[in-house]
Amino acid sequence: MYGNDVIDPNEPLNAAETDAYDAAAEHDDQRGGRDTVGGDFDALLAADQRIEPRDEMPEKYRETLIRQIAQHAHSEIIGMQPEGNWITRAPSLRRKAILIAKVQDEAGHGLYLYSAAETLGIDRQELLDRLHDGKQKYSSIFNYPTLTWADCGAIGWLVDGAAIMNQVPLCRCSYGPYARAMIRVCKEESFHQRQGFEILWTLMRGTESQQAMAQDAADRWWWPALAMFGPPDTGEAAKGGHTEQSMAWGIKRFSNDDLRQKFVDMTVPQAQKLGLTLPDPDLRWNEERGHWDFGEIDWDEFWQVLRGDGPCNAERIEHRSRAHDEGAWVREAANAYAAKHPSPSTSPSTSQESAA
Amino acid sequence: MSAPMSSSDTGTTPVTEPVTDPATSASESAEREPLPGAAENTGAAPGAKPYAAYLLGLADDAMVYAQRLGEWMTNAPQIEEDMALGNVALDLLGQARGLYPYIGSIDGTGRGEDDYAMQRDEREWRNVHLVEQERGDFADEMARLLWFSAYQVELHTALTGSSDDVVAGVAGKALKEVRYHLDHASLWVVRLGDGTDESHRRMQAALERVLPHLAELFDDDEASVLAADLGAGVLPSTLHDPVVARVARVVEQGTLTLPDGSRWRSRGGRAGIHSRPMGSLLAEMQHIARSHPGATW
Amino acid sequence: MSGATTPTTGAGAPSEPARTHQPAAPAAPAAPPQGERSWPLWEVFVRGKRGLSHVHVGSLHAPDAELALRNARDVYTRRQEGVSIWVVRADDVTASSPSEKDSFFDPAGDKIYRHPTFYDVPEDVEYL
Repeated sequence: MYGNDVIDPNEPLNAAETDAYDAAAEHDDQRGGRDTVGGDFDALLAADQRIEPRDEMPEKYRETLIRQIAQHAHSEIIGMQPEGNWITRAPSLRRKAILIAKVQDEAGHGLYLYSAAETLGIDRQELLDRLHDGKQKYSSIFNYPTLTWADCGAIGWLVDGAAIMNQVPLCRCSYGPYARAMIRVCKEESFHQRQGFEILWTLMRGTESQQAMAQDAADRWWWPALAMFGPPDTGEAAKGGHTEQSMAWGIKRFSNDDLRQKFVDMTVPQAQKLGLTLPDPDLRWNEERGHWDFGEIDWDEFWQVLRGDGPCNAERIEHRSRAHDEGAWVREAANAYAAKHPSPSTSPSTSQESAA
Repeated sequence: MSAPMSSSDTGTTPVTEPVTDPATSASESAEREPLPGAAENTGAAPGAKPYAAYLLGLADDAMVYAQRLGEWMTNAPQIEEDMALGNVALDLLGQARGLYPYIGSIDGTGRGEDDYAMQRDEREWRNVHLVEQERGDFADEMARLLWFSAYQVELHTALTGSSDDVVAGVAGKALKEVRYHLDHASLWVVRLGDGTDESHRRMQAALERVLPHLAELFDDDEASVLAADLGAGVLPSTLHDPVVARVARVVEQGTLTLPDGSRWRSRGGRAGIHSRPMGSLLAEMQHIARSHPGATW
Repeated sequence: MSGATTPTTGAGAPSEPARTHQPAAPAAPAAPPQGERSWPLWEVFVRGKRGLSHVHVGSLHAPDAELALRNARDVYTRRQEGVSIWVVRADDVTASSPSEKDSFFDPAGDKIYRHPTFYDVPEDVEYL
């Protein structure tokens, strides 16, 4: 849903390896200096300064951020499942290690984001409850199943590629804790897309059945990946949407359609390199526009999945809720232990050296 | 407190050795004779087979437990714990990957890590039953991790003095990892034991459930006797008392009771005789690789 | 991985009022939800390498200090980002308030004589 600076489609493998990310990260560093503007919300925004947790902010801004950061965090946590269920089946030990590390990163990214959301005065437990109750959404892409090993490749290459395209602009988001979390996430996520590309690259140079597996995965993931950028929000579609307000608040910097186009422009040459055929007969280079034209996305399917009728909606939430419920006695036990042994001074709470 | 697996009503070797400093005994025997077949790719030297079998036991324990721990990702009681168990799994996977190619050079087959992990049938696996058991509840996992990591701490402490430089190197790296695993398991066993009534009951039950699967860790089978004689390995029975002592301290701190013996004990893992869950574990782990013979991934 | 792809649907605002002034920094502890008692929030500080200060990197939940430290290790130093970690209960952090910002920080603004660049010295004097 979020934007990115212009990227040469032939150059970097993903948006986290581009100048756009570097610029955002540098931007973050520079903001470490003295504030030159007073505490007024609009003045801070106008000066491209960060809003920090205890600053005054419009309630709508706070609500929008909580919802957006929470949905982003939920996506990371639910996003562990489609690949997590391949950990036990990874076809080599190298792939198994990579996959564990990747799914772990997703858990970590979820935690960074919940941490950012909590600075807005909401408890993680409450956000998780909203996820489990279906009151808050997560990325619809994770309601599609991972049917073969090649899907792990397609998720890394396409889904992570699209996610990074969404996320890099958020490194410059107006809300400080969110922006800082995104910088960390984007930095770590770069390896995710690369390993996905590498999986497909290896398959496409393998046996016939491996190539077929890779092509099948690309066929199934291409359109959902394009839908990840969200419904059209330019031209007529822009009216009455939230894009305009979010842009004014500096929590969205590019339209869904812009980001989608950038993603297509970046990914098509990569597909050609892989030797994969993308499942869109209308895909062709438009010399005039300087972009790849692509076909119509099936928005009916998008809305259907979003509203809960996707292949894995029920399974994802059921899995997450079950793990959470099964762990309740463990979390409660730790609380009880802490209550019985309240003195943190009996056990050092710093690593390696004293805090002094 | 009596050792939980010291009673002997089966054919397994009773544990009688006094507690010694395993590192000392390993280095004392280090000068006895050269290692068999190490670094030789052209067929196994005499004694190489049992030595390779000993190392395979170490690698397979780590590999199979990594496989089980991988199942916790997305299933842990808290997201932070998903990450913690993922780290343990990655460490163990790394230990196995460090050993497999070396074993391939010793047994003369030249096999690589995936040949061992993906292409062996159940009978060729030398891990103990403890690590192949199905994932239970969180208390079960902490009971298993406590015992296994306590065992690995003692094992790798001893193996850092191995006359085999490769093994000593692997052990030195592993030791840092397994100390952390032991720490992690200890913290949780104490919290579950001294937490709520329910967690205490579950933790105590888990300690009893894991009991039958422990004796194998300390069995002096033929391969480990040979490896110890070479000064390259450690006699498993010498690890028994220090491991029990470590576990007992944690169990006591958690206001739990170390169960006293068990009527039955698992056996046979080191000889390739496994329990029911092993076949399913391998089927799941190997089926993609085996469905595509000769493919690379 | 993720994309915040869900369009602008989802839950409405949290039930509690805005807490723009109240919450303790860096993170605002919120009222625990009904039912389960949440693990408390801890702020995490990591020393990237010797010679650097500990820097705030984020927060996490843990029932006690020991587990907080270990969770911090697993969550925030998977790529050797640190040589030392501090964890501090978020509740124990006392923070200055943005509303006090003017009186806290602006008075230092005119003390330009604290900075070396304030002083005129001949250019050919060494070691100044």
